[in-house]
Amino acid sequence: MVSKAKRLILSTLGTVLLGFATQASASGEAERPDGWSLLNMTEGVTGVSHSIYDLHMLIFWICVVIGVITFGVMFYSMYAHRKSSGRTPSNFHESTAVEMAWTIIPALILVVMAFPATKGLKDLYDTSEADIDIKITGYQWKWQYEYLGEGVEFISQSSTSQASIYGKAPKSEFYLEEVDKPVVIPVGKKVRFLITAKDVIHAWWVPQLGVKKDAVPGFINETWARADEPGIYRGRCAELCGKGHAFMPIVVNAVPEEEYLAWLAAQKAQAAVEKEAINNTLTFDELMTSGEAAYNRSCASCHGVAGEGIPGAFPALKDSVIALGPVADHLDMVINGSQTNAAMQAFGGQLSEADIAAIITYERNAWGNVPEADKTVQPVDVLKFKQGQ
Amino acid sequence: MAHGPAKGIGRWLFATNHKDIGTMYLWFSFAMFLLGGFFAMVIRAELFEPGMQIIKPEFFNQMTTMHGLIMVFGAIMPAFVGLANWLIPMQIGAPDMALPRMNNLSFWILPFGFALLASTLFMEGGAPNFGWTFYAPLSTTYAPPTVNFFIFGIHIIGASSIMGSINIVSTILNLRAPGMTLMKMPLFAWTWLITAFLLIAVMPVLAGAVTMMLMDINFGTSFFNAAGGGDPVLFQHVFWFFGHPEVYIIIIPAFGVISAIIPTFSRKPLFGYSSMVYATSAIAILSFVVWAHHMFTVGMPLAGELYFMYATLLIAVPTGVKVFNWISTMFRGAITYETPMLFAIAFVILFTLGGFTGLMLAIAPADIQYHDSYFVVAHFHYVMVAGAVFSMTAAVYYWLPKWCGRMYNEALGKTQFWISFIGFNVTFFPQHFLGLAGMPRRYADYSLQFTDWNMVSSVGAFIYGASQLLFLYNVISTIRSGEKTDDPKVWEGAEGLEWTLPTPAPFHTFSTPPDVK
Amino acid sequence: MSSESNYYVPEKSVLPFAAATGLGIMALGAGLAVQGKTPLILLLGLMMIAVVLFFWFSTVIQENMDGLPSAQLKRSYVMGMGWFIFSEVMFFAAFFGALFYVRVFAVPWLGGEAAIPLIDDFNSEAASTNALLWEGFKAEWPLMINPDQVAGGSTFVGPEHSMSFPGWANWYHWLPLWNTIVLLTSSWTVHVAHHAIKHNNRAKFQRWLGITVALGVIFLYLQYAEYHEAYVEMGLTLESGIYGTTFFMLTGFHGFHVAMGTFMLFVQFMRSFKGHFKSDDQFGFEASSWYWHFVDVVWFGLFIFVYILS
Ligand code: HEA
Ligand code: HEA
Ligand code: HEC
Ligand code: CUA
Ligand SMILES: [Cu+2]
Repeated sequence: MVSKAKRLILSTLGTVLLGFATQASASGEAERPDGWSLLNMTEGVTGVSHSIYDLHMLIFWICVVIGVITFGVMFYSMYAHRKSSGRTPSNFHESTAVEMAWTIIPALILVVMAFPATKGLKDLYDTSEADIDIKITGYQWKWQYEYLGEGVEFISQSSTSQASIYGKAPKSEFYLEEVDKPVVIPVGKKVRFLITAKDVIHAWWVPQLGVKKDAVPGFINETWARADEPGIYRGRCAELCGKGHAFMPIVVNAVPEEEYLAWLAAQKAQAAVEKEAINNTLTFDELMTSGEAAYNRSCASCHGVAGEGIPGAFPALKDSVIALGPVADHLDMVINGSQTNAAMQAFGGQLSEADIAAIITYERNAWGNVPEADKTVQPVDVLKFKQGQ
Repeated sequence: MAHGPAKGIGRWLFATNHKDIGTMYLWFSFAMFLLGGFFAMVIRAELFEPGMQIIKPEFFNQMTTMHGLIMVFGAIMPAFVGLANWLIPMQIGAPDMALPRMNNLSFWILPFGFALLASTLFMEGGAPNFGWTFYAPLSTTYAPPTVNFFIFGIHIIGASSIMGSINIVSTILNLRAPGMTLMKMPLFAWTWLITAFLLIAVMPVLAGAVTMMLMDINFGTSFFNAAGGGDPVLFQHVFWFFGHPEVYIIIIPAFGVISAIIPTFSRKPLFGYSSMVYATSAIAILSFVVWAHHMFTVGMPLAGELYFMYATLLIAVPTGVKVFNWISTMFRGAITYETPMLFAIAFVILFTLGGFTGLMLAIAPADIQYHDSYFVVAHFHYVMVAGAVFSMTAAVYYWLPKWCGRMYNEALGKTQFWISFIGFNVTFFPQHFLGLAGMPRRYADYSLQFTDWNMVSSVGAFIYGASQLLFLYNVISTIRSGEKTDDPKVWEGAEGLEWTLPTPAPFHTFSTPPDVK
Repeated sequence: MSSESNYYVPEKSVLPFAAATGLGIMALGAGLAVQGKTPLILLLGLMMIAVVLFFWFSTVIQENMDGLPSAQLKRSYVMGMGWFIFSEVMFFAAFFGALFYVRVFAVPWLGGEAAIPLIDDFNSEAASTNALLWEGFKAEWPLMINPDQVAGGSTFVGPEHSMSFPGWANWYHWLPLWNTIVLLTSSWTVHVAHHAIKHNNRAKFQRWLGITVALGVIFLYLQYAEYHEAYVEMGLTLESGIYGTTFFMLTGFHGFHVAMGTFMLFVQFMRSFKGHFKSDDQFGFEASSWYWHFVDVVWFGLFIFVYILS
């Protein structure tokens, strides 16, 4: 505790003395910034992020200079022209010449600033000739990544536990900046991001890539990045998207190209294996165990870990009519979403058959629920239901 | 007509007197300020450390939303309307506001509107939770059912604003005393003339925005839904067409206040009166054509992005003119530092800092990193708290003796100033660092590297909050037991019609217009 | 500016407070009503407002008859009405802006035009929203097939027919044309009425004002017929996507304003029988007629942007 307070005082003092001006050079491993670099914008690891940083520093210094001059005059007047020093006030109150001067000079300064800004912006917008296209879809509250043309697609969501959020377990080093499955990109290649959302607006922000773009449902926004160095770059959702807004982090793993290709191949292989497994019949216990995990990952944010829901916003699944009633309705709700309330998304396209089967089994039997029939649901049942529509 | 106020509650409920209505506006806005400030305290308490300690994320979003809405619509705007009610008739030599009954209506809508808004906190599904900017579709398809009360609340609050503004415009254009030409008016009247124009122009657009929401939510239209050929971003365009002028609505009357206080305590006429008028008008006109600088990451065409960047940068020029004029007014004056002057000087410094960060935000590529981070939160609290709130505080200290015929306690006032000044900076300066380091706004919880500055900021917020309670105490004790004064001028250097009236200002003033030379 | 003294400052009054209460009740009631709960509170609020307005206007008229207001106060009323109409203009501007944005930007983007270019020296290959999200959707205006339908949904089903000009062969079937004629004529008739009262010709004033009110009613009837046709025969509803949305919101709000204007003129018509208005003082009528002209101008915008340019 003492050391924390000390650190606080020291850093406050440091700030007062040194202001923005101090920064540590970005460390080679491109890890999370700390220490002095926390006082300023990250320089990042892409061409765009560097030019943004340079612009930022340029405007910053321009403002400092203007501020020093302006407040210099002001503080001088406050001291030298205070009444207690026995002054009588002057009476001048007009001068077209000075008014002209301080209209024109700032205008010129602005013009000077506009040039590099225009150049930077054009660069940022130039998404042409990309090597790789990744489609990013924001959901409440997770990200889906789709490598266009590769058939690789997965959902990435926070792997921070509810327990550590609510102080019942210690917080890890990367608290709220860790995900179950990072998105992987090759170093040195121009990656184009095609960003959209399924429900509300989100924004995909990775400071070190110099990328922030809104994910607008129904529209595709594009932007791009070329990472110069390998590393793990952490970002966040930057547009208010509901109660899980702070809990949908982004982790980008930039790796050398060979590593990237190997990773891509492994993804494809794994997808094939999962497809095979659909026909396996699972035991009740297997379903319940994987169901609990999948439920907590995908559903608990709204329906609660104990199926209690949030009154008025999200229904409880404990003793829910649908969760206990005919399994077809239950499948329909989860696969196609709710007809009346858009918050209950269609999970059919997001979750694998195995996950849906496990989740439904779990919901029907957990928290004291006793279904009227159909205690378990198998992956094939889910597949059949989907095909039957 | 030459009689005093009525007795009892009817004096307030049925008031047509501009001073009584002004008083009600001021107290109402202060109550809202305490409520909105209380919500801010909840936010800061939760953000003191990482993890969720006090409230749940869904409630956090309600706090953020209600804080923003109540501060902007409930605290700042009515506060300046209250000031306008008290001062404009006295400053231009009018007997009252042009339309006194409508004046009463404008005020009394507000308690109903905000009661409706605040009551949603206790309803099923909770209060609005989509930010004070209520972007669709979070505020339409995904909104709690209470959004409907929010919409109708905004409708009537907006109607109140429009009526209040029509009243102010008519008063200024129609009720000036003989000889009081427009270019002789005190700048406060000028700034309100311009502000009222902005309000009449943009409040209906806000009404349009919430009406579209209402239709999308309840009647199956698809303004903001791509599936039906609409666009969520359309909402943002409509909202910010209102929203950007709105932020100048908040600050322009503050410019007027500062332009009254600085000359008084510098004992020197305001430098560049006419250039102040032109600059303020320029700011107002420009404010209509820069709205999409709030949307640099939304995926606008490049040409749009460039245009909005250039146009926004331009606003720095007329604003600079104002800052330079204030400083030239102080230059070679004979300055004393009573409480109003301290707040006014702090205003000039801190508002300019906030303006600088605004300029940084206006650089579109850089805004890619700043946008929706705490850097933006820092920016707008510098211009809105150190801008609007400080100037309001200055105004109250400055005119309070005229209003109630009693002097506030200078030592207490100065104490409040210093606690506010320090508390404010400790709260909001570190938020620049947070934003630059990558902390997004509207986050109920954050990762560990943001801890230190959040703690500092929360501590500062509690200090600043406490200083507001001191302010409340200060005002009440002045009204009840401050030292009596009947000096019409109160301040040695004060100029203007209101200072020719007796102190405290009688219930009716200027029943026959004064002659202004 | 003026040199008059004794600007009339009314005594304290219960009217505004009652109006505010009515508005508060109305807002609460409207919030309940749209959620499908009781509409009674909304009705109560509206009734309260109506009653208060009646007394309020009566009071003002009485004051006017008693000669209390000076010319200066009347100028305040004139300004009040003028600025109020300006605020109405801005309200419509929001909806016209929405229509503009949708037609020029949103629908073409959904239909595959890339958003980034405009200055497109480098970005001819920008990705289109269309290919990834709404494959097969075509931009057109009026929008007959929504993105939703292309994607296999059923929430927003486009209309079968649009309200556009049906071709010269059928021009006389086209109600908007008749509506335009009716409204333009009414603007002229109200002007004639104004002229008449200024020349103290009360009978002529009443005649032409009556005709104006009748034209307003005819307009409303035609609008009703058009809506009926849209819903019953053309499949054009509020739910049929952005075309129906913009069509009904713009014409609907306009129609609502016509109804208000007609009612206001009707009140003046009734007042004229009570001997109100003098040749040099007819503010109530003038205000209504400005409002009427404003409604007319808005219609002209609608006719061009909603009906013709489509
Ligand atoms: C009182 C309210 C107020 C005021 C006065 C301002 C003033 C300005 N604001 Fe600010 N702003 C807000 C309130 C305000 N703002 C709010 C509430 C938001 C957030 C809304 C939300 O999302 O919730 C916001 C957000 C905001 C953004 C969007 C950020 C983002 O979300 O990414 C931008 C971007 O351009 C911006 C710019 C500016 C600029 C350029 C000014 C200029 O007017 C500033 C001009 C002043 C100066 C520049 C200083 C003095 C000048 C000189 C001394 C002259 C010489 C100077 C130079 C030539 C450099 N503001
Ligand atoms: C003029 C407007 C205004 C004012 C005055 C303030 C004042 C304050 N604001 Fe405000 N703020 C906004 C406008 C304003 N804010 C807006 C528009 C937003 C954006 C909302 C959004 O994202 O949608 C915002 C967002 C915002 C955030 C970001 C929230 C988030 O992103 O999640 C934070 C966080 O620190 C914050 C803090 C504060 C603090 C500490 C004050 C302090 O200055 C408050 C000090 C006052 C008091 C503390 C009152 C004293 C009262 C007491 C001490 C308790 C007494 C209690 C009772 C009487 C019951 N504000
Ligand atoms: C973003 C919030 C959200 C998430 C995440 C979510 N749901 Fe829901 N869910 C809802 C809402 C809202 C409803 C109410 C729908 C309605 O009223 O039609 C609902 C309803 C349901 C119902 C019907 C309950 C009843 O009794 O009406 C079931 C079953 C269900 N969800 C299962 C799931 C499963 C399984 C998952 C995860 C795979 C999940 N939900 C994830 C919001 C969510
Ligand atoms: Cu997703 Cu915020
Ligand atoms: Cu702005």
